[in-house]
Amino acid sequence: MKMTGAQMVCESLVREGVEVIFGILGGAILPLYDVLPQYPRLRHILVRHEQGAAHAADGYARATGKVGVCFATSGPGATNLVTGIANAHLDSVPMVAITGQVARPFIGKDAFQEVDITGITLPITKHNYLITDAASIPAIMKEAFYLAGTGRPGPVLIDLPRDVQQETAEFNYPDKVNLPQYKPTLQGHPAQIKKAAKLIGESQRPLIIAGRGIIISKAYAELKGLVEKAQIPVVTTLLGTSCFPESHALSYGMIGMHGMAYANLAVDAADLIIAIGMRFDDRATAKVSGFAPHAQIIHIDIDPAEIGKNVRVDVPIVGDAKAVLGELNKLVDKTKHIDWVRKLDDWRKEHPSLLIRDGESLLPQYVVRQIYEATRGEAIIVTGVGQHQMWAAQHYWYDKPNTFISSGGLGTMGFGLPAAMGAKVGCPDSTVWCIDGDGSFQMTIQELGTIAQEKIAVKIAIIHNNYLGMVRQWQELFYGRRYVATPLSSPDFVKIAEAYGLPALRVERREEVAPAIQKAMAEPGAFLIDFIVEPEENVYPMVPPGAALAEVLEEPRKGAKAVKDSAKLPVSNI
Amino acid sequence: MATNKHILVALVEDKPGVLNRMASLFRRRSFNIESIAVGHSEMPHMSRMTFVVNGSATVVEQVRKQLDKVVETVKVSDITGDNVLTRELAFIKVKANSANRSEIIQIVDIFRANIVDVSPDSVIIEATGDEEKINSLFNLVRGFGIKEISRTGCIAMTRGGSGPLPVMKKPPKTQAKGLKKVTK
Repeated sequence: MKMTGAQMVCESLVREGVEVIFGILGGAILPLYDVLPQYPRLRHILVRHEQGAAHAADGYARATGKVGVCFATSGPGATNLVTGIANAHLDSVPMVAITGQVARPFIGKDAFQEVDITGITLPITKHNYLITDAASIPAIMKEAFYLAGTGRPGPVLIDLPRDVQQETAEFNYPDKVNLPQYKPTLQGHPAQIKKAAKLIGESQRPLIIAGRGIIISKAYAELKGLVEKAQIPVVTTLLGTSCFPESHALSYGMIGMHGMAYANLAVDAADLIIAIGMRFDDRATAKVSGFAPHAQIIHIDIDPAEIGKNVRVDVPIVGDAKAVLGELNKLVDKTKHIDWVRKLDDWRKEHPSLLIRDGESLLPQYVVRQIYEATRGEAIIVTGVGQHQMWAAQHYWYDKPNTFISSGGLGTMGFGLPAAMGAKVGCPDSTVWCIDGDGSFQMTIQELGTIAQEKIAVKIAIIHNNYLGMVRQWQELFYGRRYVATPLSSPDFVKIAEAYGLPALRVERREEVAPAIQKAMAEPGAFLIDFIVEPEENVYPMVPPGAALAEVLEEPRKGAKAVKDSAKLPVSNI
Repeated sequence: MATNKHILVALVEDKPGVLNRMASLFRRRSFNIESIAVGHSEMPHMSRMTFVVNGSATVVEQVRKQLDKVVETVKVSDITGDNVLTRELAFIKVKANSANRSEIIQIVDIFRANIVDVSPDSVIIEATGDEEKINSLFNLVRGFGIKEISRTGCIAMTRGGSGPLPVMKKPPKTQAKGLKKVTK
């Protein structure tokens, strides 16, 4: 069947089961937008900035497990996607980004709104394409979705010149991709799995570190199976949050820079680390040379390039978490580690990391806890980046799989609102709360317009402390309290929301928190609450930069001295 | 960290942008690529690339795995070691006149190289060999005056019947034997 390039793209999207596209149009992608009404199955959501389109596609993809799709025009439209694509790349999120490009005769001539977006996105995509003739569109679309969603997922960009969109060619959608070189390893090597089972059997103090790979591969049951059969305590990375029920007796929360003190101590004391679907990020390991000093390490990951990248590994297993754990569970003996688990429970009592101080002042942790109480842990929590992100990870109990969506690797401020929007569009029956900071929120605040226009019922909680709080915390602790460029004034968020036609409330006292959250939940549509919180509250526990996980700082008395001066900080990734 | 010369051989699809993808993974780790040679392979639409880089074994191994992940890549192997044949081709344009031309030809003969062009004031030497051979030929003729030099960079192949795919000499420490064939 003959059709135009633009129709081919839409037809391919329909065949791939796409339901929603986030985007903004412009000259170079106009032919594609022009045919969109012919495909009523494809819902297009007009965002206010292309970064919002990429983050929304990202949030949609994380919440649903499907490939997120975003559109942008050439030049500035395409470059505005870049942050969102990089974010998806670092967090292994399946995404297909389609950008308009100037017509073929103009490519390479610095034409109006021309940019070499395949060149720009080369290091931040799993793969990218510049389409040079319409006949190749079906095969490339098929490949793009396959690459984005299989193996270690990631973003794929397709650059589509305007005249290719208008060119007519025969449309034959392939059943299979022609990618003979691309063969992700799913099944772990049996001999390696056997070795791992043996190590687990010999270990006295085993510990599982579970990452986002569990969520991507939906290996929830397999992880639980391993944990319960061999009675192994579980900690998670930031992005592994919600891959294992946090109220489970063997769950010890998050590790890392702002992980639970007892979780970090567990890593330090373990004699065996079973790392699954995680990549030993520096925020999770802290000082690598001091990471798990007594432990042998089993690393299960689908990406062979992650094995041995940051830490030495004793038993590498390349494969899909679900498949590998399924096999591993068969070989692991039923055991108990009574002393080890008791030790961790003692640490949890001695180092309570989640206490919220009593008193008058409105603490951000209290707000998060109240959202947990009101949603009974059933909501999808989407965050921006900063202190509020850490509090949201710490003070909410994630018992339901895949309910925590956050920008981990890239740490993109402004991720929260558009990603929450995408998550809500993907999961309309779930309550979606965007917990954001006043700094982070203002980076993509314009998406309130999208939320209003498309009636996306996102509940927004702004943890408003009048600072770029995480940086201020670093200045307080490591830069002699010199608050350079962190004090932040904001507009009246309630009035802003109202200007967009969205209901909103301001909360300044503890007793108002629960009723405000109830009001927001009762509202059928979007709702914004501006929580004016204690301005200089810090995130604890904290592993100072350059320190090992065991050197975790717990909440000091108010007025405590700065821990270290910046001049004495060891070289590390700060 | 001790750095050593590594020879990486990659079998890749012959498509636009592949070289860019590969090279950018080296750039990201600040590798100075000493040489790249690219040409057709024994398979249609497949190219073989040879990279020579200086780096520590662990970092080179990590880059090798990342190169292996490039979608168009079939396989990348680090074939550094003594069971490897390496050659490069060089053109050296040397100042020459009737008085010293025969001396140049003698040197060229010793190196089993060829004179491929003669003009009144220069000759072009074509030489094939490993890097040291080309370097020593270059050192011997530089006294005559070098006008221009162009080298292809190294191509390499393991000795023996290892078939169309380059085979890793031994699996890296962190990978078990059984995982040798893991690609993506």
